[in-house]
Amino acid sequence: MDTMTTILQPDHATIPGVSKPVKSRAARRVHGLSDRAIAWLFVAPTIALLLAINIFPLIWMIRLSFTNLNLSMSYLPLRFVGLDNFRDILTDEDVWFRLQTTAQFVISSVALQVVIGFGLALLINRQFRGHSFWTTIILLPMMLSPAVVGNFWTLLLQPQIGPFNYLISLLTGVPPSSFSMTGQVSLAPWTIVLVDTWMWAPYVMLICLAGLRSIPDYIYEAAEVDRASAWRQFWSITLPMTVPFLMLAVLFRAIENFKMFDMVNLLTSGGPGSTTELVSISLKRAAFEKWRTGYSSALAIILFVTVFGAANIYVKTLNKVKQR
Amino acid sequence: MNGSAVAKASVARWFRRGPWEAIAMTLIGGGIIMLVQPWSIDLYSYSFVTILAGTVGFVIVSHFPE
Repeated sequence: MDTMTTILQPDHATIPGVSKPVKSRAARRVHGLSDRAIAWLFVAPTIALLLAINIFPLIWMIRLSFTNLNLSMSYLPLRFVGLDNFRDILTDEDVWFRLQTTAQFVISSVALQVVIGFGLALLINRQFRGHSFWTTIILLPMMLSPAVVGNFWTLLLQPQIGPFNYLISLLTGVPPSSFSMTGQVSLAPWTIVLVDTWMWAPYVMLICLAGLRSIPDYIYEAAEVDRASAWRQFWSITLPMTVPFLMLAVLFRAIENFKMFDMVNLLTSGGPGSTTELVSISLKRAAFEKWRTGYSSALAIILFVTVFGAANIYVKTLNKVKQR
Repeated sequence: MNGSAVAKASVARWFRRGPWEAIAMTLIGGGIIMLVQPWSIDLYSYSFVTILAGTVGFVIVSHFPE
């Protein structure tokens, strides 16, 4: 009875006979932490992972770029060579030509992607029957892995069994096995541009579509009132208001294509000769075929700084687009 | 206006983010063009220094006041 009365007491602080919930040691410790400390606790594993996977290899690579390390002769003592690797790269005509090849690839593929992507966005922006279905179909290539794309385009472009050559043969009358899209000096650069455009034009289309849908209808209505032609509306409203989005797409695709490796490596491996040898493939060859680790580290740093610089411009443009 | 206020206003006028960012971005863009142009190997040789200067400059000036 005595116990019952004590339980019914309104005072929660001391209820004899009812045991207090016991906190675990860990809970008590977390309870004692500030919000800031708890936030750090959550972020710390990610930071540790980033440091281990990104930052540490980067610092290690910077260190190696100032050495003569060659992994095929790793028994030789590691020697500090200062800026020699950078000097070698920046006076090497072969690397210069590879960078030009990369630039040609970037300019051609990005230009095609922008034209085709923008055209597709204009088409998809018109609400027609089955437009969601066609949007999904168009977006499919973008969702595939570059390794998958490289492999199945290699099959499609086979001179003997590939359907691409047969299609060209049907259209032009040229025998299908008389040309090889990936094996001929004149065709191979256009092949990698074609495949890259096939894969990434939908991405440009998505960005352009976002730009087109951000244009308010009342601007077009005002233009209609002023009796502006469709062509005039395109040049004075649609294009100027989509330009920031196009810039975004161009910058993003240019950065991505500058780093392009997997798809081109699968399609042509840089051949025939060195016709499609992009700078990333050169880097792979220097690092894992010639085992010039110090030299390839320096080349990787040059590419990293270039991409980092371009990414700064990209982020700046992105912020401008956001502010619109 | 006292001397320190004048000095602060002068610093604020010179170290505005906008124009410096534009200069840094021009350096980066120019450096990239120098890196891939097909005409002069001398331009190619100095491209990395130009990009590096632009990139480091951009990181610094992005901390300037608007």
